[in-house]
Amino acid sequence: MPYVAEKPRLAPSSEELRARIPGWGVDLDPKDRPAVPKENFNPSATGARWDFPERQTEKWSRERSIEHKFLPPVFGTSCPPQGLSGAVRRYAYRYSEARASHWLLLMGADRINVLESRIQALLSGRPDSRIKQTGVLSEFTHRGVQSRFGRGRADTKHHWIDAVGFVAPYAFVAGAAYMLLRSRANKQRRQQQ
Amino acid sequence: MQAMVYRGPYRVRVEEKDIPPIEHPNDAIVRVTRAAICGSDLHLYHGLMPDTRVGMTFGHEFVGVVEKVGSSVQNVKVGDRVMVPFNISCGSCYFCTRGLYSCCHNVNPNATAVGAIYGYSHTCGGYDGGQAEFVRVPFADVGPSIIPEWMSEEDALLLTDACPTGYQGAEMGSIKEGDTVVVFGAGPVGLFAAKSAWLMGAGRVIVVDHLDYRLERAQQFAHAEIINFTHVNDIVVYLKRATDHLGADVVIDAVGAEADGSFFHAVANNKMKLEGGSPVALNWAIDSVRKVGTVSVVGAYGPLFSAVKFGDVINKGLTIRAAQCSVKRHWPRLFEHVRNGYLKPSEIVTHRLPLEDVAEAYHIMSSKLDNCIKPILFTTH
Repeated sequence: MPYVAEKPRLAPSSEELRARIPGWGVDLDPKDRPAVPKENFNPSATGARWDFPERQTEKWSRERSIEHKFLPPVFGTSCPPQGLSGAVRRYAYRYSEARASHWLLLMGADRINVLESRIQALLSGRPDSRIKQTGVLSEFTHRGVQSRFGRGRADTKHHWIDAVGFVAPYAFVAGAAYMLLRSRANKQRRQQQ
Repeated sequence: MQAMVYRGPYRVRVEEKDIPPIEHPNDAIVRVTRAAICGSDLHLYHGLMPDTRVGMTFGHEFVGVVEKVGSSVQNVKVGDRVMVPFNISCGSCYFCTRGLYSCCHNVNPNATAVGAIYGYSHTCGGYDGGQAEFVRVPFADVGPSIIPEWMSEEDALLLTDACPTGYQGAEMGSIKEGDTVVVFGAGPVGLFAAKSAWLMGAGRVIVVDHLDYRLERAQQFAHAEIINFTHVNDIVVYLKRATDHLGADVVIDAVGAEADGSFFHAVANNKMKLEGGSPVALNWAIDSVRKVGTVSVVGAYGPLFSAVKFGDVINKGLTIRAAQCSVKRHWPRLFEHVRNGYLKPSEIVTHRLPLEDVAEAYHIMSSKLDNCIKPILFTTH
């Protein structure tokens, strides 16, 4: 109880734990823990043989945080910013990481980027396949129903939102097609009258 | 080469991409043999991480064979079997020279608040990851290590992130002999955190989750007491009672941004992406640790704001320790533990799929189908 000085004795003895659990206490001494102390200055242990790394070639104007003094010497070259999403991304990098604008603009650019890529895929003749890309067929091969229901999972309370999200675009397209066809049929009927 | 590519939230596919070139004299190109999907990959997959671009290849847990090296590489050579830490680090900046490899300042132009991680959005540097046949590995003299002859490839793979991250979670708790340690999350990192807590002399280890199959694994793999938070009215009160109302000495948050347990945060964070992470597990950690105890956070959160109960942190006088794991620093000690049989990282692998089935692998992991804990992708060169 915390109401008195003595700590509650709820744990088995160390001897008992050592006998039951392989390796119990081998890192009990903080000296055996590799990240104690947290900061351990030892430049010779890293494998680097340079004071400052040689610079990688910058093949396009690489976007960078304005909190950096300069472009760091090494950087990733995946997916250079392109199109409208690229413009929004570049704009986002005018703000520091401390500003919500920076992150919210990047999140917005991510969504635009998805839309751009959908259109691009459609035009290139290799449209995105919802069924293949979501891996949803594994629901049938990896016990989808049994895995989700009757097991007290907390996340099943909001799984219906995913299902609605998955079906919503199809329902929207079907609804729009139905409205269009109905409006045409009504128009034809009026013309015949 | 074949590579996994991101096509938008909840969508990935395998595409043909160019084999990455050497872009810096200390680069290596590694032919990937095994890659894992990490729980934190799901934050990208769900569209929660800002600056995640369509076309990027994910994957920060991988092992393989060195295919090509840049002109200045000396510590690895073509043909070496290597394991690569998930952090990219230069070895010479303020942080790397102090052993803080996850905070390297020379590799991520996009942000100063995080180092660089393979295949983890442009916020983490814009590097393609290892869920592909080949991957560019910068600073090959600093990051990769040759896989010891006696170590299995899957043990090595799990040592590139999940195992050392769990170990560091326990280490940051500054566990003392006989301490009660609570671990939120029975995923791979939580399992390794629980197991590591014993190595550091914990007296009790209690693991909390809502998935029974994962809790059963925590009981078997990590010898832990377990509790499913959906089976109790209030998990904080349960943990207080379980510790005679003192609270745990150390609580480890191994859940991170997509913590369940609150419908509001599940919608606001997971669905509407309005938070930098659901704070449910972190707040439970803050509430269930004893006053002046330690909360160690290894669950991943995004850079946006989260509704964390910071008043309780101050009022309880807590120590909060948090970090991305500096993997390479932990390897020598963890190699010993694997060799001595105290840790067997590959025991948590539940699914092995070819790279071509990456979309299914992500769906299985994301939806927790088929008792999934850790899926591994293999390439068929």
